[in-house]
Amino acid sequence: MTSVTKQKIAFTILGGITVLVALPVLLIVGVIVKHGLGAISWEFLSTAPSDGMREGGIFPAIVGTCCLVVTAVVVAVPLGVFAAIFLNEYAGDNWLTRLVRLAIINLAGVPSVVYGLFGLGLFVVVLKFGASILAGGLTLALMNLPVIVTASKEALDAVPQTFREVSLSLGVSKWKTIRHLVLPNAIPGILTGIILEVSRAAGETAPILFTAAAFYLPGLPQSIFSQVMALPSHLYAISTQVPNISLETRYGTALVLLALVFIVNSFAIFLRARLRAKRRW
Amino acid sequence: MSLRTRLTRIWEFLIEKAILLAGLACVLFVVLIFVFLLREGLRTFSHISLGDFLLGRKWYPISSPPRFGILSMICGSGMVTLGAALLGVPLGLASAIYISEVAPPRLKEVLKTGIELLAAIPSVVIGFVGITVVVPFLRVAFDLPTGQTALAGAILLSLMAMPTTVSIAEDAISSVPRRYREAALALGATHWEYIYRVALKAAAPGIVAAVMLGIGRVIGETMAVMMVTGNAALIPHSLLQPVRTMTATIAAEMGETVKGSDHYAALFAIGIVLFAITFLINFVADSFLHRSRVTLR
Repeated sequence: MTSVTKQKIAFTILGGITVLVALPVLLIVGVIVKHGLGAISWEFLSTAPSDGMREGGIFPAIVGTCCLVVTAVVVAVPLGVFAAIFLNEYAGDNWLTRLVRLAIINLAGVPSVVYGLFGLGLFVVVLKFGASILAGGLTLALMNLPVIVTASKEALDAVPQTFREVSLSLGVSKWKTIRHLVLPNAIPGILTGIILEVSRAAGETAPILFTAAAFYLPGLPQSIFSQVMALPSHLYAISTQVPNISLETRYGTALVLLALVFIVNSFAIFLRARLRAKRRW
Repeated sequence: MSLRTRLTRIWEFLIEKAILLAGLACVLFVVLIFVFLLREGLRTFSHISLGDFLLGRKWYPISSPPRFGILSMICGSGMVTLGAALLGVPLGLASAIYISEVAPPRLKEVLKTGIELLAAIPSVVIGFVGITVVVPFLRVAFDLPTGQTALAGAILLSLMAMPTTVSIAEDAISSVPRRYREAALALGATHWEYIYRVALKAAAPGIVAAVMLGIGRVIGETMAVMMVTGNAALIPHSLLQPVRTMTATIAAEMGETVKGSDHYAALFAIGIVLFAITFLINFVADSFLHRSRVTLR
């Protein structure tokens, strides 16, 4: 066998495997859309569940997920962007920088259910927030902090060093250089990170199971100390813990969650593509 | 100095301190997570030795006297992880090679977007598809009493680890210096010979890191595993038996325990074990990544 034939065979096998890896994405989306589309109606999206979750809609879960995501973003974004500025603009090559970097890598690796335990221990029990939007949102914020820090750091890093040198050489202070020159140029990349955080926070289940999620609540949350229903935990509950729910309702709930996450994600992908096309340096 | 300049100076001083604090906060959070796990979990070891906890075969948290042995869960997590790695690592590496070296630019973008979307699917949705599609399929295909097996978990997890493994391995292969390729091709190697004799060797530390980070993701995964593996606290002998993982035990039982009870503390102790395992994996994987960056420079 010549080496060219070997190459052909190898590349065909590699291509086949790649298709095999990419296929499940289409299958998952296909199955959920096919079975779930029938359940989607205005009533499904705008009413609360009734008759032990078997009838009615998922409105409180949609609202709950939005509340949790907003809380998580409000907390994680300033913290994450500042931490990224620290790592990229201020930190020297010393032990402190390495420690912060190691901490972020480790935060990214902690299992989601361990965040749930931590949220339960700190926010729910010690700080006495109870199972609430605040406790769940803070837990999600911590969990997604590494996403924002990493994305923001990359965005800041992509701003050419010469920009900073020119500004500093004109006598502009370091913070003003960052605020008026580096940050504006890095904003699209930072936004991409934030959007990815939103989509991850919307889909996470384990961290909110014991910090925020209620099995069933007829009304909407009153304050950030209210317990809420959330889409992912609702999907978990109706697909494992409540018998005799029509498959269509389950698929419908999965479809709403998937659609929410994909819409948010495609926005991030779109933004990044535009950013790449528009970059001037 | 005018008042205005002085105020600006103070403002900048405060902002820079806030930036430093944000960096330190990240370290603080890791420490806090660790401290809280220890604070709630360490109590377990006042009435049971670490050896009995890790190697005990019986998990009867609410009988009296309760038994807290997590060996079956360690084996469950191990079995599912091993299965997922056997399935996922070869497939993931093959796709990483294809995407980084073989695929034409347009296809490459499509495939990368596809993998990114896979990463975006919430684990509870993957678990749901697992219950409705994979579990019934396995039951029929292997003629089992239940399709809720370690294999179902391993299949879903190999899928969920894919984005991590593929993107990091792809990065490692793509960042092999151009001169390596030019030298190999100039010596008469085909593109494929360059890939498996040169690129894979040069990218080896990055590829090891990719596999490890994928495995780290698998060990910590909770919802999908909990929904499809049957959650029987038995020591499994094959991939076709139901298993229960450490993560699933915490998620399934935490809702029903009394806060502050021995059971509650034991679940936190499982959290300590998980935290220690993932910390170790991430630490080692990062040092491999660092090494790959240094050698490829």
